[in-house]
Amino acid sequence: MAADSPGGLRKFKADLHIHTCLSPCGDWEMSPRDVVRRSREAGLDLIAVCDHNSCENAGAAMREGRRAGVAVLPGMEVCSREEVHILALFDLLEQALAMQAFVYAGLAGENQPELFGFQVVANEENEVLGENPRLLIGATAYSLEEIVHRTHALGGLSISCHVDRPANGIINQLGFIPPDLKLDGVEVSYRIPLGQARERCPLIGALPCITSSDAHFLKDIGRAATVLEMAAPSLCEIGRALRAEMGRGVVV
Amino acid sequence: MKVREMMERFGLTAATGGKGLDREVKGGYCGDLLSEVMASAPQGCVWLTVQGHQNIVAVAVLREMAAVILTGNRRPDEETLRKADQEGIPILIWPQSAYDLAGRLYESGVGKPAAG
Repeated sequence: MAADSPGGLRKFKADLHIHTCLSPCGDWEMSPRDVVRRSREAGLDLIAVCDHNSCENAGAAMREGRRAGVAVLPGMEVCSREEVHILALFDLLEQALAMQAFVYAGLAGENQPELFGFQVVANEENEVLGENPRLLIGATAYSLEEIVHRTHALGGLSISCHVDRPANGIINQLGFIPPDLKLDGVEVSYRIPLGQARERCPLIGALPCITSSDAHFLKDIGRAATVLEMAAPSLCEIGRALRAEMGRGVVV
Repeated sequence: MKVREMMERFGLTAATGGKGLDREVKGGYCGDLLSEVMASAPQGCVWLTVQGHQNIVAVAVLREMAAVILTGNRRPDEETLRKADQEGIPILIWPQSAYDLAGRLYESGVGKPAAG
């Protein structure tokens, strides 16, 4: 972490979109424990664990984060019925679990590991606790608006994922970002430097913008990160930084 | 052929309130990625899609479409219907697949190049 600036603000290096072995496309080595350890090695102060449509590995990552000295937020990469991917980020595991219950209620199908990949639930001691049987790679029955509304009702932040990408990015799926969708921000993939995001992706407009690794493999953690100037590594402070309130902000 | 005639002929039902049914159908287009449809759909077409998001109305207005047809018995979002009524874009429902309806429309001459 950088030195304190006036007003008690500091710079936090954040990667708010990292998968674990719970995601069918996530590598087996992406255990919650090793994701956190690799994040610390990569110099990250703050991460969010965001698996596809589930947060069953977030608790283990949060506990490992307390041991390792990395702030870990629970989240999810929810797939809307328009097949747009959107992050739901929370402070507390209970909030994320409430979001997960909502997501599960709108998610049909069973995983076929040999087709889509294994969905491993593990604890912070790297022990396998089981496999998630749901079709986590699938799309929920909810519209983007419903997902954003529920995320906010539970106290979370909604960030539209990899908006520069053809696969499941909002601009590709829907042509443009619906102007009345109450997004807290958008994410560009590691392929675009954050400083060029608005120029390379003009449809982002004035929305707050971050970048993340979207890592599915340990080696990819930290390949993109966002520096946030704020008072603490909390969700409330991330919201202020995205809205550029009270001297907080995204450092580009 | 007007939208109204097409509905009668193929058994399509309207989800919207009845505006725009006198629009002329000049062709057809299929697609679910709105960015691609926005770039390529021909003017005056009927657009067959499974997407019911409100952005389909803006795409239909932009490409000056005759109507949007939701295939596979999908229903549009409430906000989509409101915007479509506002813009006078009919949204129609087709219970089967896009392939099925596209085949019938084409066979009847919609979007089919004149023989010669």
